[in-house]
Amino acid sequence: MTNFATDALDIAGIDAFYGDSHVLHGVSFTLRPGRLLGLLGRNGAGKTTCMNTIMGFLKPKQGSISLFGEQVGGLAPDTIARKGICLVPQGRRMFRSLTVRENLMVAAQRARGPSGGPGWTMDRVFDLFPRLKERHAQVAGSLSGGEQQMLAIGRALMGNPRVLLMDEPSEGLAPQIVAEVGRIIAQLKAEGQSIVLVEQNIKLALELADDVAIINTGVVVHKGDAKAIKLDDAIVSQHLGVF
Amino acid sequence: MQWQFWIIQTLNSVAFGGLLFLLSSGFSLIFGLMRIPNLAHGAFFMLGAYFGYSLLARGGNFWLVALVAGLGVGLLGIALERFVLRQISGNEQGQVLVTLGVSFIIADICLLAWTGDPMPLPAPQALRRPLIIAGYAFPTYRLVVLVIALVAAVGLYFLMERTRIGAMIRAGVDDMEMARGVGIPVSRLFTLVFLLGSTLAGIGGVLGGPILNAYPGLDADMLPLALIVVILGGAGSLLGAFVGSFAVGFLYNFGIALAPDLAYFVLFLPMVLVLVFLPQGLFGRVQL
Ligand SMILES: Nc1ncnc2c1ncn2[C@@H]1O[C@H](COP(=O)(O)OP(=O)(O)OP(=O)(O)O)[C@@H](O)[C@H]1O
Ligand SMILES: [Mg+2]
Repeated sequence: MTNFATDALDIAGIDAFYGDSHVLHGVSFTLRPGRLLGLLGRNGAGKTTCMNTIMGFLKPKQGSISLFGEQVGGLAPDTIARKGICLVPQGRRMFRSLTVRENLMVAAQRARGPSGGPGWTMDRVFDLFPRLKERHAQVAGSLSGGEQQMLAIGRALMGNPRVLLMDEPSEGLAPQIVAEVGRIIAQLKAEGQSIVLVEQNIKLALELADDVAIINTGVVVHKGDAKAIKLDDAIVSQHLGVF
Repeated sequence: MQWQFWIIQTLNSVAFGGLLFLLSSGFSLIFGLMRIPNLAHGAFFMLGAYFGYSLLARGGNFWLVALVAGLGVGLLGIALERFVLRQISGNEQGQVLVTLGVSFIIADICLLAWTGDPMPLPAPQALRRPLIIAGYAFPTYRLVVLVIALVAAVGLYFLMERTRIGAMIRAGVDDMEMARGVGIPVSRLFTLVFLLGSTLAGIGGVLGGPILNAYPGLDADMLPLALIVVILGGAGSLLGAFVGSFAVGFLYNFGIALAPDLAYFVLFLPMVLVLVFLPQGLFGRVQL
């Protein structure tokens, strides 16, 4: 479904494979500008595979991916990143031997697009995460899990994303850090950032999301409004509940 | 055995270590970033020596010749990366085999162009007289080779540790896919690292010429040493290439001088031990 205004990200009929194993089957969803789409599903449902396909790590065999109306499906990951899709990957994937400052520096891209805004710089990232500023000369591999997650978010922001992909940013973090990550995401959304948020923490995701897509064994099984899903226990327990 | 023996062997070892550093620093960076050993690297070194021989025979200035021959080899390295390896990117086994094939082709061409006889490269006139310190004679040229290798090491350190490009290369060594994912143009870094590595190997060939001569088989003599350096030091680690080069320089020289029959044993034993107990090398991060 396409609106008059261009969608920030439009995924249409994606099929993706790891070798011979067919993981995504005709996945479609749409992220509208300035909104937050929660992409939910159980372990192994194919959420990370979606992120990897959008980022270009995995080439889709079928379907199209468009960023503000521009086709980006099948491009190289570095080209896709420079066009403005930035990823906070599952497991954080810091450049472990680089310092905090270097991790941010190598990911810096100029701000693009008409919306303007101040754009992300290292100083702004350090304002957002004072802990990173304190540890700017430390190698990333020596940071705590929470600090690494903040660095992963900061690194993605340095790319001045037009669309920010976040893959389980709360995974493996202590509760008060999860709350802090939640506040940061809410703040980014308030500033107008378009976000796709993958989460196993359903409560967190439904608090933050405007729209929700639920994926199950590589198929989108439900799309809708986050508020509606929050009230619909049947959907939650059918597609997201733990058995 | 007297003092003189130990001092001269030590100097020979560090000078040879310097040459090995010029050879293996680039080899290691390529290995760390692209995950493949460039088996043509020994042939690049040999080609540098032959280019140097021919340019010197035409009366070129030694240092200028080293630079020109190095850049010539560097351009060849770019060609190998762009027009051959990139065509089969993702197929690492294929890439390794291709670099081996290219090394055979280069060796054959050298045999055709420069015959099978060893070609001696004359050291610069000013450096042929030994340096006399405290009554001992030191081979001046070898000292200068060592100094040049140290300067190259400092330059590479600066590039890798103090520039954005260096940080990008290290990011690619850490996690290549994620490096692409943050917008780093990794394939351009491949070209750059290949240019840098082959140029250094070519310059090393010229500088090594007055010590080793240019001869068929120089490539096959040098390549295993570079491999040992990288296995000892760890792929993609500049510090590892530095420490590994001088370690191998010592093992090789003293092995040959003291126990010629066991020279290869002395060389390969530490490599096997490192492979067994420290598979990433002393300073490396990439699992070979
Ligand atoms: N590199 C790979 N090679 C082969 N199969 C893979 C690979 N990565 C994931 N898979 C398979 O693809 C399916 C989807 O995995 P994916 O990682 O996308 O799930 P996910 O929804 O992100 O799960 P989680 O919540 O555990 O992160 C799973 O069945 C998984 O086993
Ligand atoms: Mg996942």
